[in-house]
Amino acid sequence: MASNENPILEVKGLKVGIEGTSILKGIDLMIPKGEIHAIMGRNGSGKTTTANVIMGHPAYEIEDGEMYLDGESLQDMEPWERSREGVFLSFQYPQSIPGLQVGNFLRKSVSSVRGEEAARGSEFREKLTNAMEELDIPKSFLSRYVNDGFSGGEKKRFEILQLMLLQPRLAVLDETDSGLDIDGIRTVSKGINSAVRGTENGALIITHYSRILEHVNPDRVHIMIGGKIVASGGPSLAILLEDNGYDWLEEQVESGVEFE
Amino acid sequence: MTGDIEAREAVGDYKAGWHDPENATIRFDFGLSEKVVRDISELKNEPEWMTEIRVKAYRHFIERPMPTWGNTEELMEIDFEKVCYFLRSSDQTGNSWDDVPEDIRNTFDRLGIPEAEQKWLSGVTAQYESETVYHSIREDLEKQGVIFLDMDSGLREHEEIVKKYFGSVIPYSDNKFSALNTAVWSGGSFIYVPKGVHVEMPVQAYFRINAKNMGQFERTLIIADEGSSIHYVEGCTAPTYSTDSLHSAVVELLALPGAHIRYTTVQNWSNNVYNLVTKRGVAYENAKIEWVDGNIGSKLTMKYPAVILKGEGAHAEVISVAYAGNGQHQDAGAKVHHMASNTTSNILSKSISKDGGRGSYRGMAKIMPKAENCRLNIVCDALILDEKSRQDTYPTMEVGNPTAHCEHEASVSKVGDEQLFYLMSRGHTEAEALGMIVNGFFEPFTRELPMEYAVELNKLMSLEMEGSIG
Ligand SMILES: Nc1ncnc2c1ncn2[C@@H]1O[C@H](COP(=O)(O)OP(=O)(O)O)[C@@H](O)[C@H]1O
Ligand SMILES: [Mg+2]
Repeated sequence: MASNENPILEVKGLKVGIEGTSILKGIDLMIPKGEIHAIMGRNGSGKTTTANVIMGHPAYEIEDGEMYLDGESLQDMEPWERSREGVFLSFQYPQSIPGLQVGNFLRKSVSSVRGEEAARGSEFREKLTNAMEELDIPKSFLSRYVNDGFSGGEKKRFEILQLMLLQPRLAVLDETDSGLDIDGIRTVSKGINSAVRGTENGALIITHYSRILEHVNPDRVHIMIGGKIVASGGPSLAILLEDNGYDWLEEQVESGVEFE
Repeated sequence: MTGDIEAREAVGDYKAGWHDPENATIRFDFGLSEKVVRDISELKNEPEWMTEIRVKAYRHFIERPMPTWGNTEELMEIDFEKVCYFLRSSDQTGNSWDDVPEDIRNTFDRLGIPEAEQKWLSGVTAQYESETVYHSIREDLEKQGVIFLDMDSGLREHEEIVKKYFGSVIPYSDNKFSALNTAVWSGGSFIYVPKGVHVEMPVQAYFRINAKNMGQFERTLIIADEGSSIHYVEGCTAPTYSTDSLHSAVVELLALPGAHIRYTTVQNWSNNVYNLVTKRGVAYENAKIEWVDGNIGSKLTMKYPAVILKGEGAHAEVISVAYAGNGQHQDAGAKVHHMASNTTSNILSKSISKDGGRGSYRGMAKIMPKAENCRLNIVCDALILDEKSRQDTYPTMEVGNPTAHCEHEASVSKVGDEQLFYLMSRGHTEAEALGMIVNGFFEPFTRELPMEYAVELNKLMSLEMEGSIG
């Protein structure tokens, strides 16, 4: 079903629960190709749940709704199938795997997602070296264990390194900015822009600060409260929110103000 | 036949699980008696003193009760009357693979032994059932006076050394299974490294049980003279039968002052083998003994490599991994006795259980009252892969001297769903993800292995993980 008219991601009426509690209460989201969208919201509003469900986390129950990647339903795909189809999630809390070396892990992941060819020989090594240089990651990183003893900033850079090597069609970045200093945010933003702008790809940036959005300049900003997207608008919405706070925004929504 | 198929299904893809037709030249009847013990000794033309030790050991074995600890239920199931205690499958020990009977040679080919020998070993012995069928050592080492023989030849050609050290580290009366081994031992390795000689590349022994209901009782003695060093590697496999086999080895190491012995084992037994092994080394002044011990498979393994730190400044290192799958119990651990001052030891144990398998760590660390300023560090990590499986630790520490510095850390963990999800989100199937976590968990062990073994072990564990997830 791939065609230019299809958005890279479409989420329709998504309701999600875990162990009997409902968390997402009907999410609609549409990211056209070449666009970057942002979701903002307070802690506990359901942002990570949204990201996990797009990636196919097995712990959540999909109560209702649909998800499409470039017109193809994601519903029955395992996480690794989604990954191979081009979905990538930069984790809010990346997991450590003691004993698994970064270099080895990267090669295996590239091989699984993009095929054995892509993980072989000098081309892979060159890509890896360049990406690491761009992200200011030292060579010694390759022999460390995946996320084991990494600082917050190192974990986030490592997520972006994976993003750059796996070249997904849809990148979901869950609070990648927290833990990064301003240089890091700039590098990551540059990376996201070059991966999406002028391509058929898309990105969804989850954050609770507008800082990263100043560098990425998203096409749309969505505000999530209590498992629902309560407002959507242009980049100015993020600034409005930053200036006035979530309480104000909540009041506005309750009194029926539209932000389109 | 159907029994074999059942057994195969029970162990899944056990790679070394084929067996050859049995072409024995001498095969003893099942069961054990003083006559069997004397017959083995006579067949080998042994000196009288060895026959005497065997007979004494046999009598001790008969009187000695089964251990009352460990997996007593499984131990009670061993039927010593249903074991074949001696089986000769070749009339000679070959010095060239061409001299080894073809079917046996094929077995070792399939296991990759001749290839490994050419690439990275200083010497090889290959034991098939009770006796060594192949033996070689690099010429330059032989010229430097290094002795690397099977134990039977060792006794014939170097009787004085054997007489001096045999049973000096592990007397037959140590436990029921050391008594059994001493009574009926056959094969194993005998190594002597002269003063100051360093054997750079490892020497390897390979033990293969092929026949049904077979008992393999190899006996290994390694003496590293002052300031010398050697790395000995052993690998073991057996085919898959529905009836049980018994592997009960005794390994004695002597590291004389300043010597260094590393003993690496990777055992991949099929799950009908009782693996009851006594391993112990004595380290004199500034000597170092390292046990690197990997236990995969078997029905029941009981093995606690030990080091007696007898001389000042001696060091012990025991690194082990165990993997217990369906119907398997790995009861493994380490023992260190600090008898002298300024001795140090490190114990690292890693254990995984899956599909109802059971892993136990059993450790004994002793610091004698006279031993000053000893250091002891124990780390035991266990990983449980599902609800059906089990891990226990039974650590014992007796610290008799207040200047000792002891650390003990133990952890039992489960594979986290979030870890699996993280890896799956990078394109890896659930089985692949599990394999990555498991191999990562074993990594501190794997990195100590020769490269070829490390690669094999990783592959083996990945296969094990695939076997279970539908
Ligand atoms: N695995 C889980 N089990 C139970 N509750 C969960 C789980 N994951 C999330 N929740 C609940 O769902 C809500 C949304 O969480 P989350 O999606 O992590 O929010 P955010 O990322 O916006 O901070 C919270 O109330 C949280 O407690
Ligand atoms: Mg979150």
